[in-house]
Amino acid sequence: MSIPEEPRPALYEKRKAVYPKAVDGPFRRFKWAVMVVALAIYYITPWLRWDRGAYAPDQAVLVDLANRRFYMFAIEIWPHEFYYVAGLLVMAGIGLFLVTSAVGRAWCGYACPQTVWTDLYQHVERFIDGDRNAQVRLAKAPWGPAKIARRLAKWSVWLLIAVATGGAWIFYFADAPTLARDFLAGDAAPVAYATVGVLTLTTFVLGGFMREQVCIYMCPWPRIQTAMLDEKSLIVTYKDWRGEPRSRGIKKADDTHLPTGDCIDCLQCVAVCPTGIDIREGPQIGCITCALCIDACDKVMAQIDRPRGLIDYCTIEDAEREKKGAAPRPLLKTLLRPRTIIYFVVWAGIGIAMLFMLGARDRIGISALQDRNPVYVRLADGTIRNNYTIKIRNMEARPRTVEIGLAGLPGAVLWSEGGTRETARQTVRVAADADSVAKVRIFVAAGTEGEQRTPIHFTVRALDADGGTSSDDAQFERPEATP
Amino acid sequence: MAEKRVDQATGTETVGHEWDGIEELDTPMPRWWLWTLYATIVWGVVYTIAYPAWPMLSDATSGMLGWSSRGQLQQELDAQAQRRAPITQALANTPIEQVSANPQLMQAAVEGGRAAFKVHCVQCHGSGAAGSKGYPNLNDDEWLWGGDLKTIEYTIAHGIRNPDHEATRFSQMPAFGRDGILQAAQIADVTAYVRTLSGAQKPDAAARRGGQLFAENCAVCHGAEGKGDRTVGAPDLTDAIWLYGGDPASITATIANSRYGVMPRWNEKLDPATIRMLAAYVHSLGGGEAMPVDQTAQAAVPADGAKADVHP
Repeated sequence: MSIPEEPRPALYEKRKAVYPKAVDGPFRRFKWAVMVVALAIYYITPWLRWDRGAYAPDQAVLVDLANRRFYMFAIEIWPHEFYYVAGLLVMAGIGLFLVTSAVGRAWCGYACPQTVWTDLYQHVERFIDGDRNAQVRLAKAPWGPAKIARRLAKWSVWLLIAVATGGAWIFYFADAPTLARDFLAGDAAPVAYATVGVLTLTTFVLGGFMREQVCIYMCPWPRIQTAMLDEKSLIVTYKDWRGEPRSRGIKKADDTHLPTGDCIDCLQCVAVCPTGIDIREGPQIGCITCALCIDACDKVMAQIDRPRGLIDYCTIEDAEREKKGAAPRPLLKTLLRPRTIIYFVVWAGIGIAMLFMLGARDRIGISALQDRNPVYVRLADGTIRNNYTIKIRNMEARPRTVEIGLAGLPGAVLWSEGGTRETARQTVRVAADADSVAKVRIFVAAGTEGEQRTPIHFTVRALDADGGTSSDDAQFERPEATP
Repeated sequence: MAEKRVDQATGTETVGHEWDGIEELDTPMPRWWLWTLYATIVWGVVYTIAYPAWPMLSDATSGMLGWSSRGQLQQELDAQAQRRAPITQALANTPIEQVSANPQLMQAAVEGGRAAFKVHCVQCHGSGAAGSKGYPNLNDDEWLWGGDLKTIEYTIAHGIRNPDHEATRFSQMPAFGRDGILQAAQIADVTAYVRTLSGAQKPDAAARRGGQLFAENCAVCHGAEGKGDRTVGAPDLTDAIWLYGGDPASITATIANSRYGVMPRWNEKLDPATIRMLAAYVHSLGGGEAMPVDQTAQAAVPADGAKADVHP
């Protein structure tokens, strides 16, 4: 098949301007609610306080990169426990699988930051420029004082939001009130200003100008989600079996007496779409399933006295059933199916396992590292000394006194740097600062009799009422038996 | 190659390739994407003008910003030196016995000494300071000249048996065999006796004869009991540590030919702060001894200058 008349398609496509029309309806109101909650979480979280005593920061959520601690309310994560963060990421991934397989691209339509901030920016745009028609007129109008004033006003508000967005981000990484003061006084770290600058720019450009281009061309997630959707996932569907053939207005339909569908081709669904697509062309990559077209269409259906839901959340499977005149499956049955249940069980399982581990984990730890150069030292009295670097992790937010002991080496004595062989005993006491790693050099002396390489265990025991122990394997080495 | 055709479902032309029935749509790129390409080209050109980039015959363009990796390294080194300056200054001005009273300063000194040791000392004492035959192991608890901070500092500063240096640590063991003081058989007897001191062998007739010879020839430095004397660097012969080996052949060789271990003095090469850091590091290795009480009391008087605070 050849179509010689067709002009050769261009290599590059000019962007189609999108001026989404304001709409009201249940989905729009739900979207408002999600936006308010999401923005509130984002802006307020760093300012929440959580008392951890005198030795730890009192910020409820804090990613303390400088000191390598992650605080989240009652949970404190140390670098060696980073697998909890990995677990959270796994949960986030499986959570997205779950949501996507059940309700399609709900993430894209409601919760994605790109969607939330674009929505906010579009609201500002409507407030200053007016709704769709006014925006189109303004865009076509020649540049003059009025247009410049409106553009400046819009961009200023956008910029304010962008600065606030970038500004809020840095508060997750340092004490928010202190950083806010330092930031305004110009005393904050350069990286803070750089971060705010970059996030301001990205928010301003992505939310104000790139908008649906991010979803259609830049984001990998729509492609991945396409692979996760199946015929039982809820997607926004134009019910063509009900809408077609379209009529140009209800009057015309009545006049012609030809069989017509419910769609009157009013293009409201296209007008409200934030990505500028026509949902009636079927499922497509540009559809972020924000459901605003459902609100728009339902309103029109009410006006022309037709049942709502010409455009509606509908699975591909139900679409086939409805086409044949059968009733769609109940919503609960659509949502509860093996795939979603398995995702949920895995997701909840990881969450419960992590909570259990968080509750049961030790807050004291020891690691022992033997000096390798020299491996052993012969002392004046003929005994052998090995040196170890012992690290005590005191993960409680209070200073503790701990006792380091040694098992597996009969007759051995140990002392720490500052102590002497003469004062050496079976244990060494160490004062461990709150929420930090105490590093001690431990010297262990034992006789020459024994295996050349004896496995030993260092143990640490907290001496206060709460107690807690930990141990680590090491070895004690001696010279080869001298002839 | 297959014909280009227009895909029915999308209305888009295909690129014309076909792999087992799979075709690729020739979807046009967004125009702004082209702008980002141009922007990267502009960026690239500006970057190569601003920074060193274009290779010339023997060199490369140096860039308009004057940046160089060596310059950046120097900047970072200078910044580090500036950051360390207060500690270096404090170490230079604080006598070592007062350094040990300040844990933070002491830790800085030990770490600084660890780095300096790797540069100046490992050639003889080994990277782990474990020494080898003739070069003392600095990890153990046996010291020829003393193992407290101040003594170690003095040894490092002035060295051992340094020619042309008044303050160096000096002593000389006679070469009993080579100089004809003792006969071979007598040396064998002394060897047997010396080995009984540390319990390496049981006393016998030779050892008894050697004991007499030891009292006459050796006890003046090594002490009547063979415990050594740190003022002359005479080693303790009763312990398990042998700098030149404790087997009969090695001891015989030592008695017959003597030993003359030399260590360079470092006060002509290193600044007082570095020597102090080295002393702190060596002292921290596990065998460091406490300062004698009278010396500590004396140290409370601030010393003036770098050398005045070093006494034997």
